[in-house]
Amino acid sequence: MAEKILHAIYDDDDKLLAAVKKIKEAKIDIEEVYTPFPVHGLDKVLGLKETRLAITAFIYGCIGFSFAIWMMNHIMILDWPQNIGGKPSFSFIENMPSFVPIMFELTVFFAAHLMVITFYLRSKLWPFKEAENPIPNTTDDKFLIEIKFDGSEKEIKKLIKETDVLEIKLHLNKKNDND
Amino acid sequence: MASHYEAPIRKPLVTGGKSYHDVSVDIVNAVEGKANKQWWIVFSIALIMFLWGIGCIIYTISTGIGAWGLNKTVGWAWDITNFVWWVGIGHAGTLISAVLLLFRQKWRMAINRSAEAMTIFSVIQAGLFPIIHMGRPWLAFWTLPIPNAYGSLWVNFNSPLLWDVFAISTYLSVSLVFWWTGLLPDFAMIRDRAVKPFQKKIYSLVSFGWSGRAKDWQRFEEVSLVLAGLATPLVLSVHTIVSFDFATSVIPGWHTTIFPPYFVAGAIFSGFAMVQTLLIVMRKVSNLENYITIQHIELMNIVIMITGCIVGCAYITELFIAWYSGVEYEQYAFLNRATGPYWWAYWSMMTCNVFSPQFMWVKKLRTSIVFSFVISIVVNIGMWFERFVIIVTSLHRDYLPSSWTMFSPTVFDIGIFLGTIGFFFVLFLLYSRTFPVIAQAEVKTILKTSGDNYKKMRDKNG
Repeated sequence: MAEKILHAIYDDDDKLLAAVKKIKEAKIDIEEVYTPFPVHGLDKVLGLKETRLAITAFIYGCIGFSFAIWMMNHIMILDWPQNIGGKPSFSFIENMPSFVPIMFELTVFFAAHLMVITFYLRSKLWPFKEAENPIPNTTDDKFLIEIKFDGSEKEIKKLIKETDVLEIKLHLNKKNDND
Repeated sequence: MASHYEAPIRKPLVTGGKSYHDVSVDIVNAVEGKANKQWWIVFSIALIMFLWGIGCIIYTISTGIGAWGLNKTVGWAWDITNFVWWVGIGHAGTLISAVLLLFRQKWRMAINRSAEAMTIFSVIQAGLFPIIHMGRPWLAFWTLPIPNAYGSLWVNFNSPLLWDVFAISTYLSVSLVFWWTGLLPDFAMIRDRAVKPFQKKIYSLVSFGWSGRAKDWQRFEEVSLVLAGLATPLVLSVHTIVSFDFATSVIPGWHTTIFPPYFVAGAIFSGFAMVQTLLIVMRKVSNLENYITIQHIELMNIVIMITGCIVGCAYITELFIAWYSGVEYEQYAFLNRATGPYWWAYWSMMTCNVFSPQFMWVKKLRTSIVFSFVISIVVNIGMWFERFVIIVTSLHRDYLPSSWTMFSPTVFDIGIFLGTIGFFFVLFLLYSRTFPVIAQAEVKTILKTSGDNYKKMRDKNG
């Protein structure tokens, strides 16, 4: 387990991007980057995989669509068919045009809500969750690169000093047991 | 700087030479500062109206719907007029945050948060009317398809009123999560600045522990995009379904195929007018003139002008089709609208919705703050009249001349309507003091492309 944590703080998104590129080129692992807003291209430079949330939304939408069909077929055709204004009630396909609006609404309902819930769970966001950004300014105007490592900090520090860094902070990793 | 290039023809969207930190400070000011006298005055008026409305609601529910001015011929009047009016107003919020996101319109970023807040608050007002009109609002859950203890009694999925239940509740809940997800980074910014322990606690709670990791941002952007993609057809479907409440009936004046697009255009029209009304005041009160610039006002005026023309086109199409159909009941319904006893409502609607936005063709007028404000109020009034005209004039002279009658609202009709206006402003005023009213994280992403200081720097250095 890494015993030291280095925080490199930047005050500009372009400086951060350049620094991340440089650190990556030197084959040093970046543990995490905290930014106040989405920095475009950062995920590519960091080599993050593309998120699959859009795919989950599609699957959830399909579930919502199927649920709507099942529900309305069960209620209007199977359980209690009624003659309402002469509309055909004994065959799903003939009654289907009236069901289209709710099929659509439930598709959107399922896709949107379940995707957002998935996002909250995957990114660990919920009420009473403690924030984990190391310095509070990273939600304002500072950008922070976190590097965990063992041994001497000399080389890493030297490399980071070559970038346009504002401040470097070194910590001992106290959370070793938990990691 | 090269990667932040934007065509020089584009005017700056953030003025005043702001840095990232300035953006945070400016937006957090309203939250950290104290409310001024005007805020308290307006809030008190809104609160009194709201309480008055609650009184009228209690009276209506305890006495019965007979407290309203409805009669056997005009069975729907102010309640549904107000319902459609409020739902329509809500549409601009989603349009700004979702449709303009898909079109990559950067100017949306200064106004989307407040527009979405407006959406949520106005859909709440809208939802009140059908629930009160049920007479026994504690049975409102009967509109849901839940197995119950009264036998196999289900809701009727053939009814557009039930489609409304699904459409409005999906719309309200999806708008809410869309809004809240966008709020997380901004709440986090306030949380990390907060000095007072109580404030820190509240904003920690509502920011869901947002930390701004690279992966979180990647997911955040994807979720925003997909939600925008879902919300766009959703918002169009909602007002389409609201128009089905009328269009699927066989009442002359309601039974028209043009209703869905016509209602959607009208909704966008009235919603933008309400955004304009709210933001012109808010930019002044909260000192946000550098973020909600004259250019934003101008662009919104252009949307108002275009949707006003679409609505005008729909009015004329309706008249033409009524004549062209050869159906005398249809022809009479429209003739009666324009020249019958409710001519004043029809021509108020025409003046406010079709003629007044035409002033926006003049650049001087659409960049004038006072003029924009006046027109936005006029449009809001006009769109209320539109719904009144559609609903009441189509009903009051039906197939049977012996039941022809007029509608006049009672003090309770008026009181409940004023009450919802009060409730809306109570919510909006509280929001403007406690929420980040501009999506600051998003504004920071466009600062280098669209901030005036960066633009000048680029012009100088190339």
